[in-house]
Amino acid sequence: MPLEVRSTPTLAEAASLLQAERAARFLAGGTLVVRAVNEGDVSFSTIVRTSDPAFTRLRTAGGRIELGAGVTMAQILASRELAFLHPAARSVGGPAVRTMATVGGNLFAPHPYGDFATALLALDARIRLASGFGAREVSLEELLRGRERTPRPLVASLSFERPADPAAFRFRKMTRTRPKGPAVLTIAAWLPLSGGRVSGARVAFGAMAATPIRARAVERALEGRPLSAEGVAVAVAAAAGEGDPPTDPIASAWYRQRVVGVILRRLLLGEP
Amino acid sequence: MRAVRLELNGVEVAAVAEGGETLLTLLRERLGDTSPKAGCLQGTCGACTVLLDGEPVLACLTLAELADGRRVTTVRGLADGPRLHPLQEAFMDGFAAQCGFCTPGMLVAAKALLDRDPNPTREQVIEAISGNVCRCTGYTPIVDAILEAARRMAGRRG
Repeated sequence: MPLEVRSTPTLAEAASLLQAERAARFLAGGTLVVRAVNEGDVSFSTIVRTSDPAFTRLRTAGGRIELGAGVTMAQILASRELAFLHPAARSVGGPAVRTMATVGGNLFAPHPYGDFATALLALDARIRLASGFGAREVSLEELLRGRERTPRPLVASLSFERPADPAAFRFRKMTRTRPKGPAVLTIAAWLPLSGGRVSGARVAFGAMAATPIRARAVERALEGRPLSAEGVAVAVAAAAGEGDPPTDPIASAWYRQRVVGVILRRLLLGEP
Repeated sequence: MRAVRLELNGVEVAAVAEGGETLLTLLRERLGDTSPKAGCLQGTCGACTVLLDGEPVLACLTLAELADGRRVTTVRGLADGPRLHPLQEAFMDGFAAQCGFCTPGMLVAAKALLDRDPNPTREQVIEAISGNVCRCTGYTPIVDAILEAARRMAGRRG
């Protein structure tokens, strides 16, 4: 069945269209929506997109980094200011996918995808939602909790604090194939140190639940500890208890729970 | 229905696309360029890789109407008349194609790499074709052929 594709000059108009029509889906890069079309998804008959310049804008100058939801993984990789996010962006697909796939779309990527969203969770990203009545902001955690709701929220942009020390951000993705593949699991961590001890850690797990999650017990166990073998032991032991990992063709829940502590320990200790 | 005009391998072409039709369908079924292959239609195999304004994209996940007014390069656009592109020559010489189904996507992905970085490392080549699945030739001859093409092109420039 042919689809109707409607282009809007502004995000607000796109949001109004999506609110007015339940059987509409917003298209950014196409790697999720056109795939659904190809697979015969008939739950939507209209595709809404926008040519709003704000949608693909990347602002790295201020104290907060702001990414339009339509910024692609390739745009992230072309930004020297965002070098600390390059491992996360590079972990998404191959080069052709990265030309297309957007940071906003990644927030809606179903398990086991969503590696970039996992990185943004560790950066405590705030999400700006567009609506016909104006914009509002939510935390990324809140967005992820309600992302399956209809009508789906329309993400306009996201922002996070510029890391004072980019080296405090770490990212690991475990895959079964090299150099890439879907995640067995993904870990992103923000680990600022104060006097050699972790202060204000944020740890996020991808592919360990239906959506990327914050690993709060791990974060608590890291607080005030040095990043040494003894210092991280409690946090590593807590990792298996986080989330509710699905079983899928990539890995079983059992395997994910057993391997998450191993990958976390390597990430925390900076081991290969 | 929507008229789509684009530059395909240097030639202005036009076709009418249905709503929701992909660039892959437009190329193969309306414009007669069957060189991009329809593999998985999920963005997983890379057999449909084409260049859109010089950047690699998956034609199966790109809506045809979004290519309107843009430049599309398929593997057919690599050869210069009867002269094959150095990548194509190196693939032939190095037996880097067995069944050949992944080859158009591999060649286009490799061209995207060499356009950006004419002297890539082996790791960069592996990364550049990481979205292209091969199930029979094996990746080693493909990676070797891309590196060989880069060497030959550097020799011609030098």
